[in-house]
Amino acid sequence: MSKGLVVSPEKCTGCRTCELACSYSKGDNFNPKDSAVSVMFYDEIGLQIPMMCMQCDEPHCMTVCVVNALTKDEKTGVVNYDREKCIGCKMCVSACPFGNMTYSSRLKRVIKCDMCGGDPQCVKMCGYGAIEYKELDSALDKRKIIANQFKEAFGEGAK
Amino acid sequence: MKGYTGKLIRVDLTNKTIKTEKLNMNYAKDYFGGRGLGSKYLYEEVDPTIDALSPENKLIFMTGPVTGTYATCAGRFNVVAKAPLTGTIGAANSGGYFGPELKFAGYDGIIFEGKSNTPVYLHINDDLVEIKDASHLWGKNVFETTDMLLAENEDDAKVACIGPAGEKLVLFAAIMNDRDRAAGRSGLGAVMGSKNLKAVVVKGTNGIGVANAMQFNKAAQDAREKVLANGVTGKNGGLQTYGTEVLVNILNEMHALPTNNWQSSRFEDAEKISGEYLVEKYLVKNKACFACPIGCGRVVKIPDGKYKGIVAGPEYEAGWSYGASCGINDINEIDKANHVCNMLGMDPITMGATIACAMELYEKGYLPKEDLGGEELVFGDAQSIMKWTEKAGYREGFGDILALGSYRMAEKYGHPEFSMTVKKQEMPAYDGRAIQGMGLSYATSNRGGCHVRGYVTSTEVLGIPMKTDPLTTEGKAGLVKLFQDLTAVVDSSDICLFTTFAIGLPEVSNLLRGTAGIEMTDEEILKAGERIWNLEKIFNLEAGLTREDDYLPPRLLKEPVTSGPSKGKVTELEVMLNEYYAARGWDEYGVPTDDKLEELGLEMKSAQAAY
Repeated sequence: MSKGLVVSPEKCTGCRTCELACSYSKGDNFNPKDSAVSVMFYDEIGLQIPMMCMQCDEPHCMTVCVVNALTKDEKTGVVNYDREKCIGCKMCVSACPFGNMTYSSRLKRVIKCDMCGGDPQCVKMCGYGAIEYKELDSALDKRKIIANQFKEAFGEGAK
Repeated sequence: MKGYTGKLIRVDLTNKTIKTEKLNMNYAKDYFGGRGLGSKYLYEEVDPTIDALSPENKLIFMTGPVTGTYATCAGRFNVVAKAPLTGTIGAANSGGYFGPELKFAGYDGIIFEGKSNTPVYLHINDDLVEIKDASHLWGKNVFETTDMLLAENEDDAKVACIGPAGEKLVLFAAIMNDRDRAAGRSGLGAVMGSKNLKAVVVKGTNGIGVANAMQFNKAAQDAREKVLANGVTGKNGGLQTYGTEVLVNILNEMHALPTNNWQSSRFEDAEKISGEYLVEKYLVKNKACFACPIGCGRVVKIPDGKYKGIVAGPEYEAGWSYGASCGINDINEIDKANHVCNMLGMDPITMGATIACAMELYEKGYLPKEDLGGEELVFGDAQSIMKWTEKAGYREGFGDILALGSYRMAEKYGHPEFSMTVKKQEMPAYDGRAIQGMGLSYATSNRGGCHVRGYVTSTEVLGIPMKTDPLTTEGKAGLVKLFQDLTAVVDSSDICLFTTFAIGLPEVSNLLRGTAGIEMTDEEILKAGERIWNLEKIFNLEAGLTREDDYLPPRLLKEPVTSGPSKGKVTELEVMLNEYYAARGWDEYGVPTDDKLEELGLEMKSAQAAY
């Protein structure tokens, strides 16, 4: 069993507090550019999507890293980044299929979600529950919602 | 420097020069940021008697020390200039993402001076600040302008701009940012247009620190918990669930929802323009400004017509101005008219209320049909609002007169008494006869008819933080003063006023101390709010305003409410105004006494006009 971040874009209001929570907890200032989570905006269809590292089981970033600065923790599921080992080649930035690895030339480091050691600050500060931290092996809420719809439909038919 | 970036951009549009300069920390110490700090710069640099649309006016964008942090709802900024609609000091506050981005770029504010000879825009990317040609953007609406600017600059930059209304100097043109947020009132968009300044595009990559992390963390957590636990601002609270239009049914029930240009105080079809109805029929989702856990913003669906799509829904006051005020019960048409205001860059409160005034002038026979292009303009005609909003924004036909606001329009037809304005700006959505405190708040607002300069609806209607009796004048002078002073602090720290349903002076003060390292007691911080209020008042007095300008339209003073709990009531302004001047330490002409000036460390150049 491992826990992970689950995003529900339909709940996101676009307040970007997650970006601030991330940058402030990792550094000492508020800076969305240093955040491992970014909210993408599609105003014309009324959609906002928080994006961050998916902690892949087979992380491309890790595969391309020549100095083993990225490692997968099998217990927590987190792909960890070791600043000390990192040589700043930015191969991981190119390799990530989701664009979820960024490089800060100011901080001279990769910006990447580490799920805050099991206490993700973005989740804590999200007022609408658009980012949740939960067991991924258990039934997801979304599945339950759909199942409930089935229940209602069939329940109605049985009457 | 923490809380502040310590830098301002100064742009001389006449000579096309750009300077960055140090923020005047002596100003910041007394005026914090946002509205207060912007007003201080304006007062020091601009002669209050100038024409607001002349090159001598300055247009100041200013953030506050809390802007850009995750303290609740800290995404705001103010735009300050002498206002063309009112002739007063104008400070308009907006949310969205533009304000924080300006700070991320490394600047607390921007001061625009002079006038460009051709359309230009300002582009900022951290240390790069440049004036660019905007002739290809002139005439484009807010949405087109924003898209084009993002395409030709950084696509994740933030844009504040004017639409056609600002270009054409509509007296209530707004400055729009992030597409549908507005520094809306008093016509600051026309000031921007008068300078041939189409837009400001900003991208920033720097961080914002706080002066005292421990103090800030505690203050931010405390404020956030209180906001989230509150019945209005909190989880599943009124604002989150129904948006600001949650107020429609509440105000209508107490017969305080001005209807048909304030001829009555109750709207038969209020239910159909309520927040509840909007949610049920047209809401797509909630939208929040930067760092806001409330999310009162409405994303709504326009299901038909040429603006079919997904757009920002109206706020309570805009919904009212086009709705009850025009006698219109079709929320879909209201959504469209509000969207047109966003597109063309106009204040929907003044726009809707001006159409309502025109409807009454027509009803009474003072506005001839031929002026309207041979068409009727009657209360309840839902098709009229979008049409006349478009025409006003482009100043076509009778729209050219609507573009002056209701006071100048009604005056032109010989009946200014039908303009429901204070200092030529339209009062919104709360009947000052049924809510005496709001009557006084409107009359004394430093930027003319306005609900957010002293929102005593909070106590008078909602009972937050305690209930006051809206029908009595007793205690209202002190109440209005307190709300005005506290609001000045909130607008100058630059967090959203809506947080104050849940937090008060102690929490706001803690945020100021945590972010900016301000070492002041709560009382001293509130005193700074009073200083800001008095500075604005001094600007207005020096601009030539007098006690006569602190009055309400005759309808509120002479025509009693015809139904409901406040039946028979007018706004008892005279008694409240005298008490208010006394509470403020002003003389009977509304001029701050020498003692008051000394107490606040202010000076006044001349108040001759006031006597």
